[in-house]
Amino acid sequence: MTRKQKRGVLIGSGVATLTVAAIMVLFALKDSVVFFHTPSDIIEKAVPAGERIRLGGLVAKGSVVRGEGTTVSFKVTDTLKDIPVTFTGVLPDLFREGQGVVTEGKLDAAGVFSADTVLAKHDENYMPPEVAKSLEARGVKLGGSAHPEDKAN
Amino acid sequence: MIIEFGHFALILALLVAAFQTVVPAWGARVRDARLMAVAEPAAVSQFFLLLIAFFALMHAYVTSDFSVANVAINSHSTKPLIYKMSGVWGNHEGSMLLWVLILALFGAAVAVFGNNLPSTLKANVLAVQASIAWAFLLFILLTSDPFVRMIPAPADGQGLNPILQDPALSFHPPFLYTGYVGFSIAFSFAIAALIEGRIDAAWARWVRPWTLAAWMFLTIGIAMGSWWAYYELGWGGWWFWDPVENASFMPWLAGTALLHSALVMEKREALKVWTILLAILTFSLSLMGAFIVRSGVLTSVHSFAVDPERGVFILAIMVLFTGGGLALFALRAKDMRIGGLFAPISREGSLVLNNLLLVTATATVLIGTLYPLILEGVTGDKISVGPPFFNMTFGPLMLPLLLALPFGPLLAWKRGDLLAVGQRLMFAAVAALFVVVVIYAVDHRGPWMAPFGIALGVFVMAGAITEWASRIKLGSASREEVVRRAVNLPRSSYGTLLAHFGVGLMVVGIVGTSAYQSERILVMKPGDTVSIAGYDLVFKGAAPNRGPNYREDIARFDVTRGGAPVTTLEPSKRLYDAPPQPTTEAGIYASWAGDLYVVMGDEQQGDGYAVRAYFNPLVRFIWLGTLIMFFGGGISLSDRRLRIGAPMKSRRAHPIAAE
Repeated sequence: MTRKQKRGVLIGSGVATLTVAAIMVLFALKDSVVFFHTPSDIIEKAVPAGERIRLGGLVAKGSVVRGEGTTVSFKVTDTLKDIPVTFTGVLPDLFREGQGVVTEGKLDAAGVFSADTVLAKHDENYMPPEVAKSLEARGVKLGGSAHPEDKAN
Repeated sequence: MIIEFGHFALILALLVAAFQTVVPAWGARVRDARLMAVAEPAAVSQFFLLLIAFFALMHAYVTSDFSVANVAINSHSTKPLIYKMSGVWGNHEGSMLLWVLILALFGAAVAVFGNNLPSTLKANVLAVQASIAWAFLLFILLTSDPFVRMIPAPADGQGLNPILQDPALSFHPPFLYTGYVGFSIAFSFAIAALIEGRIDAAWARWVRPWTLAAWMFLTIGIAMGSWWAYYELGWGGWWFWDPVENASFMPWLAGTALLHSALVMEKREALKVWTILLAILTFSLSLMGAFIVRSGVLTSVHSFAVDPERGVFILAIMVLFTGGGLALFALRAKDMRIGGLFAPISREGSLVLNNLLLVTATATVLIGTLYPLILEGVTGDKISVGPPFFNMTFGPLMLPLLLALPFGPLLAWKRGDLLAVGQRLMFAAVAALFVVVVIYAVDHRGPWMAPFGIALGVFVMAGAITEWASRIKLGSASREEVVRRAVNLPRSSYGTLLAHFGVGLMVVGIVGTSAYQSERILVMKPGDTVSIAGYDLVFKGAAPNRGPNYREDIARFDVTRGGAPVTTLEPSKRLYDAPPQPTTEAGIYASWAGDLYVVMGDEQQGDGYAVRAYFNPLVRFIWLGTLIMFFGGGISLSDRRLRIGAPMKSRRAHPIAAE
């Protein structure tokens, strides 16, 4: 093999690997990215049922109802709009009424959000940054800092 | 008083660092031995000054001096002593102090042990190292001063976040930082080499031990963090592709690539330019990790200091060093002579493949981590990139890497014989296929790919054993010869073998627990039984208990298997006094087959509790594998040929010294 051929093999395999990786990245991003919405977003933008999204806001006061087994239903609010949520599983330690929460799952045809993951943060005043930003953008005044996250799924 | 003393030492360290940046570098430029020689005492005194500052802060923590704001905010008088000490780095300011302390430690180590370095190279390396320390010291003093007083002092502190009050997590940051920061030495060497415009095999020989040490500590640091997340957070998982996990994983991937390319450079003088670039990139990824963790730009489990000002400062440091390093590289790299040639099928070729795949994998992790940030900046959409992305991109890149791994060390330098190596690996391949057959024959319920994944891990392990057997001529030479060879095999070879074996073991653990985890979530009342993976767990009820600085409800589960008692698990839900925060303590029964893992949830109506039970098969092998990798690195580091300061005479003459 000549010097040129050797270098060709090297560059060729490099380009091939990067191309394959780039294609994989594009496909994976298309399929696995999850958009974040507030309750107002969902109602205004008419997010279609069945699409996997994250829903964030505050757990509405007085909305938490424990059902059969480990199923829990509650409402997520951004103080302007509410979305009803159901979740089956063990809630994170810091899940509480009136506090920030991020849930991941799908909307059903009736407009109920069926969550399979619930994230809450280990801080009394914590507000997920996405929620805080959205609320601030809507003129709702909030304070908050970040602390380790708590999760259930 | 001690606090002011520490504060003063910190400021002095900043001045020493500035001095150490300018004077030796100037000395190297004008070839003045006296100016260059100041680098050593400067590096050592910088380290001792920071040690004084560090112990001053630790003293304040241990004696609960709440007139120090940092202590008041992050500590509490009733906290156990070990967590008072680890509390020093359990917060932003203290952890940055630890960061510069380790940075200075590495600088001082080069000053003390680097006797065999050419004087100009050494002066430049220490100058670059000091410039990094200087930037971070300035950052600490301007934005994150741990020595600020709080007058009047509060009666008691606010306490350390309870989930950080844990033995493994006490030592996780020092190990992790030693790894992160250790790559700064490779960076400093790279910049010094670019400044001098000269690199050769000796350069790689000097850099490799430092890189290896950093890699070892980063390996064990990441493993400890993952282990902690596994048993402390109570989610039953061990890796979440969280931005901060990725922040530590990217330098690890790049550092692993660097370790391998430096080997090619040392043995064959090839890949020189590439190795220099990797050294710059690896430390840049460490800096980016610091930026991600400290700035809170990405939502993460770890973001404990969300402060835009600090974020911008660290971003500036990162841009300065990464940008400066890359600019210097662009200016100088074209002058470097291209080194030794090799055929694509050769040891070098296999190491190039290793680098190609590791660096591409690093890039995919980087894209997945930063994409949400970029998209939000561009379109304003808020998204999250979760584990599916990483499984789809990172996984497929690891497949060829692991498949090729056993081939690499068996191939000859320059030109290898793939067929002959393939024949030698027959035993490993048969062992792997045997595993697939056995798993399918016994009982297989998981994904169809899983047995092949486990087989891949077995192939890597068996490949390491094959390599060992072939190096000592097991089966082909006389017994005395085999023993002699086994004894004389260099430690660095044993290190490589062990590290590769550890990778295989880790893969077995990862695939096993990912593919075969079983999970039950249910509401249990006292007397109820849940069955999982052949175990029966009887819930005996929950009782309150008082710990040193928390209250808890401890549940009891009697575990039996086929009627025979196995153990009693006691998961609990704790509420800490300060800060008043609940945590979940998992009850874990560990065995070689896997971990039985039980977590308590909320109390339900009636007297039931939500309970989550997992069985995580083979999960222990993940950490055992990383531990073996760590020890492999350590054995390799203890090799005389790699030891810092040891004579550089090659032992090539020795019949089996070839790596």
